[in-house]
Amino acid sequence: MHELTSTRANPLIDPSLHVWEWQIPVYLFLGGLVAGMMVISGYFLLSGRHKRTRCACFMLPSLSLILLSLGMFALFLDLEHKLYFWRLYTTFEILSPMSWGSWILMLVYPAILANLLLRLPAPLQISFPRLQQLSDQLVEHPMFAKWVGAVNMVLGSLLGVYTGILISTLAARPLWNSALLGPIFLLSGMSAAAAFVHMIAREAEERELLAKADNGFLMAELIFIALFVGGMATSTQVHQQAAGLLLGGPYTAVFWVFVVGLGIVFPLVIQLLAVNHKIQHTPVAPILVMLGGLLLRFVIVSAGQLSHWTGN
Amino acid sequence: MARFGMVIDTTKCVACMDCVVACKTENEVPEGLCRDWIVQEVKGAFPELQMEIRSERCNHCDNPPCVDCCPTGASHVEPLGMTVQVTGDVCIGCKACLASCPYDARYIHPDGYADKCTFCMHRVVEGLEPACVAVCPTRCMYFGDLDDPNSQVSRLIRSRKGHTLLPEAGTKPRIHFLT
Repeated sequence: MHELTSTRANPLIDPSLHVWEWQIPVYLFLGGLVAGMMVISGYFLLSGRHKRTRCACFMLPSLSLILLSLGMFALFLDLEHKLYFWRLYTTFEILSPMSWGSWILMLVYPAILANLLLRLPAPLQISFPRLQQLSDQLVEHPMFAKWVGAVNMVLGSLLGVYTGILISTLAARPLWNSALLGPIFLLSGMSAAAAFVHMIAREAEERELLAKADNGFLMAELIFIALFVGGMATSTQVHQQAAGLLLGGPYTAVFWVFVVGLGIVFPLVIQLLAVNHKIQHTPVAPILVMLGGLLLRFVIVSAGQLSHWTGN
Repeated sequence: MARFGMVIDTTKCVACMDCVVACKTENEVPEGLCRDWIVQEVKGAFPELQMEIRSERCNHCDNPPCVDCCPTGASHVEPLGMTVQVTGDVCIGCKACLASCPYDARYIHPDGYADKCTFCMHRVVEGLEPACVAVCPTRCMYFGDLDDPNSQVSRLIRSRKGHTLLPEAGTKPRIHFLT
């Protein structure tokens, strides 16, 4: 036998760590979704698609601002010392992914705003004529759109990877301690964004392009998830125990049925049939992809807190 | 420069919890929370069982993940004694440090900041021992400079068999348990 008895019963810590609830998965999902939207929007700008009047890229900056702000609000709700949040911006801690993330977010907002200036939403055009004048002047410079596109793609990628790295560097939780979480969260954010833009795109050609891109992201995500679980299951004892949470443990059904099955494989099959013109495009696949992406964060954040160095 | 650490003789500890009560009293630890606690570990198969009683707390690691992950610098290594401390009014309560600690040694103070054992540095600077060490009725706890080869803690670590907690986690903990 091996029995541990402890007198400690601290809230959030015992009997197992549960410091992060719904706010963090929601923040990670919305951060990843916005990251993907920035990359897609940036690609549209770089490839010149924004010259089409009905390009979905013009809707993305304002939606990104709203979704990112909702995510930041969820993060704010999670803070225990809320009135001190400004301390994030009084220092730069080079070893802290959260500090990197805070400063990346400080750059992300201006990048999205610059993107917004390329075509102001109608209400802003009316309310802020000076802003419209500035927008008109900027659009006259052909390189402006390309620069905005490139910056959005770079910052979007950084934001997407950061959402995974944020937890993957917390080595005390073996399930999180994999560098593959960065690319998994980036790909999941990209696929959720492609699904989202697919739903709001007005041009059939754009929807087709995004469905094809989404299929690529979903396939890559599947490969990375397989590598993540395989790597964890063949690593040290504590990592094997962590993998056990997804392989026979309490998170097995939700992870394999809902995240992988209904969130990746099923929509991938639907979209493969759609892009090969076997069936019509439907909102079912994009909605499942987005729900799967959200659930992936919930499962990883929750299961990770259950994994522990002294055994699960 | 001193590098404070602790040695705890598990063969003398009787799990009386005096250290826990002393810590709560000395540091005004809020109700329902603790900075140190008692762990009883039982191993083996009956009738050949082994029991180890440990008074546990923050290990003030040499490689502290809680300091690395802190986005504001609230968790930091104090030059005096190289101990890990938290500045409450710099902490935003993001709880990354709680998640990063393999010993689960931290908690959130009701005022919103991360809190944990300080090695009673307010006592140490006045030449006193940490409260838990001072009150131990079996004198099983020792506090001192691990970098001083002549300190009692260094001599005990050299002369007795012992271990640290989860050395495989790579944090280089500074609390040694004699067995």
